[in-house]
Amino acid sequence: MHIPDGFIGPGVSAAAAVVSAGGIAVAVKKTGETLEDKQAPLAGLVAAFVFAVQMLNFPVAAGTSGHLLGGVLAAVLVGPWAGAICITLVLLVQALFFADGGLSALGLNVLNMAIVGAMGGYVVFVATRGVLPKSKPMVVVASAVAAFLSVVMASIAFFVEYALGGVGAVSLSAVFAAMVGTHALIGIGEAIITALTVSAVLAVRPDLVYGARDLMPRLEVRTLQPAAGR
Amino acid sequence: MDRKSVTLFIVGGLIVALGLAFFVAPQASSSPDGLEKVSIDEGFAETAEDHALADGPLADYGVEGVEDEGLSTGLAGIIGVLITFGVGMLLFGLLRVMRARRTPQAARS
Repeated sequence: MHIPDGFIGPGVSAAAAVVSAGGIAVAVKKTGETLEDKQAPLAGLVAAFVFAVQMLNFPVAAGTSGHLLGGVLAAVLVGPWAGAICITLVLLVQALFFADGGLSALGLNVLNMAIVGAMGGYVVFVATRGVLPKSKPMVVVASAVAAFLSVVMASIAFFVEYALGGVGAVSLSAVFAAMVGTHALIGIGEAIITALTVSAVLAVRPDLVYGARDLMPRLEVRTLQPAAGR
Repeated sequence: MDRKSVTLFIVGGLIVALGLAFFVAPQASSSPDGLEKVSIDEGFAETAEDHALADGPLADYGVEGVEDEGLSTGLAGIIGVLITFGVGMLLFGLLRVMRARRTPQAARS
């Protein structure tokens, strides 16, 4: 899913960079306003974990692999704003140190994986939770559904960018079908990894899962407030 | 709350991430990923340009000078996890300080 330099023309790449910069600026502002003490180190860990798991390409079809994008995973664990920053940080480290994802395509990649993947994916997570019973297992189910759709959404975002500014002259309908078809398969892997990780954290430290804050016992919230507040 | 157990959780999680990067990443599929494969199949792969930093010491998830491919990938993974974790802790630590500064101001107004 990491776009190299040369796939998308400079105009659309620059426009994506502007949109991404704006989105991340909002995310930084929101995170600065709301980040809880215990969530700060967790966000650092989430970024490191997503970096590691993005290296684990799994086979999805003949001669094709996929890897976790991690947007929904990060957003469910630390919230959509800090989650989008986590993914952006991973993309920056990959582009600057590991030559993965073009420098001129950084805005595109942030747009697809952090803005659409993490923030957009979190919207799907919240919507899915809304139609499910309130329980920890349903948080896992909603994470899986959102993780799957976030990958498909990111692949559609790529398609839109390619349709607007793609450099090669190829059939757009074929690109659309291939992108969405392949990424629906990768999305299944994304859903499995996201569900496993979210349920593991829910089992060990449910209080650290941003997307399950409403499930914490009320009494605990009451005792937490004065200690965490000032 | 129990700060100690949060620290324990972070250390445990970091060990898991390092383990995945070092032991599992070298076993990962080397087939092209979804976008790469689509670009090959649909005929726009050749428009990709070489990465501007393709000569870097960690380019393509390998450590320059380490002959063993698996070890090279694993070490690159460890370095990447540590860089991401370090920068992330710094960044989110700063954001937390921003919030701590803002809170008394908000109380005054």
